[in-house]
Amino acid sequence: MREIEFDTVVKTIRDLIIHCSTDLPEDMYDALRTSAKTEKSPVAKAVLEQILENAHIAETEGRPLCQDTGLAVFFVRVGEEVKIKGGLLRDAINMGTEQGYKDGYLRASTCEPFSRANLKDTIGYNLPAIIHFDLVAGDKIEIEYAAKGGGSENVSRARVFPPAAGKEGIIEYVREVVSDAGGNPCPPIVVGVGIGGTFEKAVISSKHALFRDIGTENPDEELNEMEQTLLEKINNLGIGAMGMGGTKTAMAVHIESNPCHIASLPVSVNIQCHSSRHAHITL
Amino acid sequence: MATYHLTTPLTSEDTRQLKAGDVVYLSGVLFTARDAAHKRLVDLIEAGEALPFDLEGSVIYFVGPTPPKPGDPIGSAGPTTSYRMDSYSPTMLAHGSKGMIGKGKRNQAVKDACIEYDGIYFGATGGAGALLGKRIKSAEVIAYPELGPEAVRRIEVEEFPVTVINDTYGNDLYQMGREQYEVK
Repeated sequence: MREIEFDTVVKTIRDLIIHCSTDLPEDMYDALRTSAKTEKSPVAKAVLEQILENAHIAETEGRPLCQDTGLAVFFVRVGEEVKIKGGLLRDAINMGTEQGYKDGYLRASTCEPFSRANLKDTIGYNLPAIIHFDLVAGDKIEIEYAAKGGGSENVSRARVFPPAAGKEGIIEYVREVVSDAGGNPCPPIVVGVGIGGTFEKAVISSKHALFRDIGTENPDEELNEMEQTLLEKINNLGIGAMGMGGTKTAMAVHIESNPCHIASLPVSVNIQCHSSRHAHITL
Repeated sequence: MATYHLTTPLTSEDTRQLKAGDVVYLSGVLFTARDAAHKRLVDLIEAGEALPFDLEGSVIYFVGPTPPKPGDPIGSAGPTTSYRMDSYSPTMLAHGSKGMIGKGKRNQAVKDACIEYDGIYFGATGGAGALLGKRIKSAEVIAYPELGPEAVRRIEVEEFPVTVINDTYGNDLYQMGREQYEVK
């Protein structure tokens, strides 16, 4: 059984969070640059150029890209032949999250749902992290991380359709969710779609779909075609960067599909703002 | 689309010249407030009590910044989504405030209040927190420090870039822009 030190995990998570808060991933930066070149609206073009300038300032001066430094979301695939020495993996991830958010001068954004009291002095600084664990073969731990802001979460939606709704029903639903969201989720956006499974499986899949790099193709031919159809329909909405009108509303649509119950067709749409702060590491 | 350089506090003369789509570079003092602070401010107005700052001509920035790094006045400071302030903004405008900075759609009551009280709703670029934070030259918490990032701050800005979304004539850039680029 391979062993990884508790403190190694803490330090890795801390550094990952600080890095992601200031350095926009390359796939997103490239997609934004292409969007700025092709955008037809001068207002939206100016917004896209401001977003690119912001990314440059953030990276060179070590300032957070956005003041909403998000909740820390993790997808963790743990090999069955590896264990953490000196503590629990969940505790190490939470400790790394707290240190990263504190040391990086990031915002503590977790609060109690009703009183809205900030949890920084009770549960911990920006804790708890949202962690989705999975067990896999091998002796590695694979960690995908995203800092997920509130604006784009607030317009995300899920619904369980009857099977008769079919592909057309799903396409229309996704288009409607993005249309209703308008400029609120900070477009240009990435649209994550989770199809099938149970209600919660669809929602988690729509979140996970956002972790795929922009510009990569869906390996499933049918889903790949559906992504292109949806992307065109969404960009035809005219919402544009920050909702000010334009030809680029989404940079990508990513779909994950799962087998589902004979009675249902769950669909979830999770939206990612242009400040897509995500990373993937293996320990 | 025109470009203006304005200094706060704003007057009706300032706001009436602006049209949806215009770019404005604001300098002077802004006050920051989000949901929780708005609730408290509007409660004070309704109770006829004094506010922590003068509303006349004021511009309110909907923002919850990151903590400042040592030596900086403020951290990253881009706009938050504005609809959460929709139920409070008409009261603020009715009592002298002339502008709001945020992102995203406002409801009809806010647009009507902009017409009635010569108010402007400005949009700043969401997710441009590093760039916008650098245009803030000083920041001071003047009320509700217990709200943390949601406290009311008096901030001084220089050439702070915003776009007119809702003007004093009922125009809405979100609607106009979308209609222009929508492919049916």
